Amino acid sequence: MVKVQSISGPAHAEHRAQEADHPTSQVATFDTDQPLPLDCGVDLAPFQIAYQTYGELNSAKSNAILICHALTGDQHVANPHPVTGKPGWWVTLVGPGKPLDTSRYFIICSNVIGGCMGSTGPASTNPTTGTVWGLDFPVITIPDMVRAQAMLIDRLGIDTLFSVVGGSMGGMQVLQWCVAYPKRVFSALPIACSTRHSAQNIAFHELGRQAVMADPDWREGRYVEQGTHPRRGLGVARMAAHITYLSDAALHRKFGRRMQDRELPTFSFDADFQVESYLRHQGSSFVERFDANSYLYLTRAMDYFDIAADHDGVLAAAFRGTRTRFCVVSFTSDWLFPTSESRATVHALNAGGARVSFAEIETDRGHDAFLLDVPEFFDIAHAFLESAGKTRGLADAGQ
Amino acid sequence: MSVEQPSLPLNEVAPRADDRYRSDHLLLAEMIEAGSKVLDVGCGDGDLLQLLETRGIDGRGIELSREGVNRCVAKGLAVVQGDADTDLVNYPDDAFDYVILSQTLQATRQPKTVLENLLRIGRRAVVSFPNFGHWKMRVQLLIGGHMPRTDNLPATWYDTPNIHFCTIKDFVQLCDEINVKMERAVALNLYGRPLRFNAPWWFWNMFGEQGVFLLSRAEKIAKTPGRDE
Repeated sequence: MVKVQSISGPAHAEHRAQEADHPTSQVATFDTDQPLPLDCGVDLAPFQIAYQTYGELNSAKSNAILICHALTGDQHVANPHPVTGKPGWWVTLVGPGKPLDTSRYFIICSNVIGGCMGSTGPASTNPTTGTVWGLDFPVITIPDMVRAQAMLIDRLGIDTLFSVVGGSMGGMQVLQWCVAYPKRVFSALPIACSTRHSAQNIAFHELGRQAVMADPDWREGRYVEQGTHPRRGLGVARMAAHITYLSDAALHRKFGRRMQDRELPTFSFDADFQVESYLRHQGSSFVERFDANSYLYLTRAMDYFDIAADHDGVLAAAFRGTRTRFCVVSFTSDWLFPTSESRATVHALNAGGARVSFAEIETDRGHDAFLLDVPEFFDIAHAFLESAGKTRGLADAGQ
Repeated sequence: MSVEQPSLPLNEVAPRADDRYRSDHLLLAEMIEAGSKVLDVGCGDGDLLQLLETRGIDGRGIELSREGVNRCVAKGLAVVQGDADTDLVNYPDDAFDYVILSQTLQATRQPKTVLENLLRIGRRAVVSFPNFGHWKMRVQLLIGGHMPRTDNLPATWYDTPNIHFCTIKDFVQLCDEINVKMERAVALNLYGRPLRFNAPWWFWNMFGEQGVFLLSRAEKIAKTPGRDE
């Protein structure tokens, strides 16, 4: 059981800062002649994308799968994390013999633009000032992230991705890929996501941002120069967000009202309950590996996401005539991206004439279910990619 | 009976001997041209869709039960969880060559609206349903005095999902009422095999265990109100 931990301790701070500019990953650099045009009107240049790959690209270059990571994820899908040493965040799904089989597919995952694990973001060094970007970094959007990924895919010499896969914010990127580059996406697996961020979700993100910005150690975003890090603010943001990733039933099953290392209440504000201790641990471990400003930028990108708004309010228009094969997946107990959101996506895809499968998986594990060991979800992901692979002629090409 | 009985080229619809597939599915599949685009409404475990895919048909499905959907998707089929009563409105006009409603009509809340939607979404519809006019049904109600139950419809009256039973005669009248053209009609016996085709309607209505109809629009059906776009 998790021990009581307070939100403090600069154990990995230096290592994290180093990853922002010099990541333990492959890096694609884009010079001033190849700027990234951002939705806010700024051309970002130079910039870099940090990425990991697994498996081999076949000679026809037809077996590439792009994984898009979620808000606090990164490119370290299936290898130990360079800062925390923990296993990759999607080892349940990605690996030899797994649904995203690294012995058959060439799997790519890049850190999003605006992230803090080696792709250019607010924690990176601003070449014009020589100090970290901080809040001088331009505000980015989900389409900006996808535009940067497309430049990486170009750099890797890949024309069409066999599949684009991701959950939550990663699922948003999957959908954006299908809208922005429909001919470059053979199949798409958007999981536990939506074509727009709901008012409730924007509200939770605002709560998190305000927690960060209310921390005196945030220093108006210039905490790196001033040798601080808004641990408490970012920790609270993470604690609040983490609750939204779970469900009442999952919290009850895992913790109930059980006490942490004690029989009786202490009549204090210590973490008497196991659930409190667990949340504090989530907060404190998160601040070790994540940059506070990056959290502000990425939550903002999700808030701005609204595919229909870019198509005169008609979502189906965004997908009209698409030839991509879709498999939309939601989870019954996910109240952050509930099934109704996925169903709206499916209706739009149907109206656009897309070939779409849609499965709702029964689980009490909430939004986080997409990261966990849920066999029914794995079976569906596996069968969907198998079926798409047959149509793509991958049976031979991948070997 | 106001509708002229359609001729039935039995050779085209007679099921082939094939143990892998249900005989009524084989008959439905024979009604559909190869290479067409098909929506199966209420596709269950996807057996019919799998059969259609072996014939080069681009098949999609809607299924109400989550378990059914997930089994279909795990077979690699393009199936979505949805309800024939509420979700057909989301499909655009002429999206499919055929829309199939196999053994599902009697479980819908608005069979007439569903039927109209089938022929708005698809240029043709294939509809099969259990015939409540079958003599065994009539005997159970007339002599037994209880709601009929059969091997194919084993549920009791209080737990059956089938809320809108009809007879072959009723269905033909509905088609006539909403101006639907019947291109083919077949009555199947208990074993899913077609009855002799030149029988009069009353004979089918009495001895057909289920009715299978290939329908098309007699003329343009008005758009369903309340649809998106």
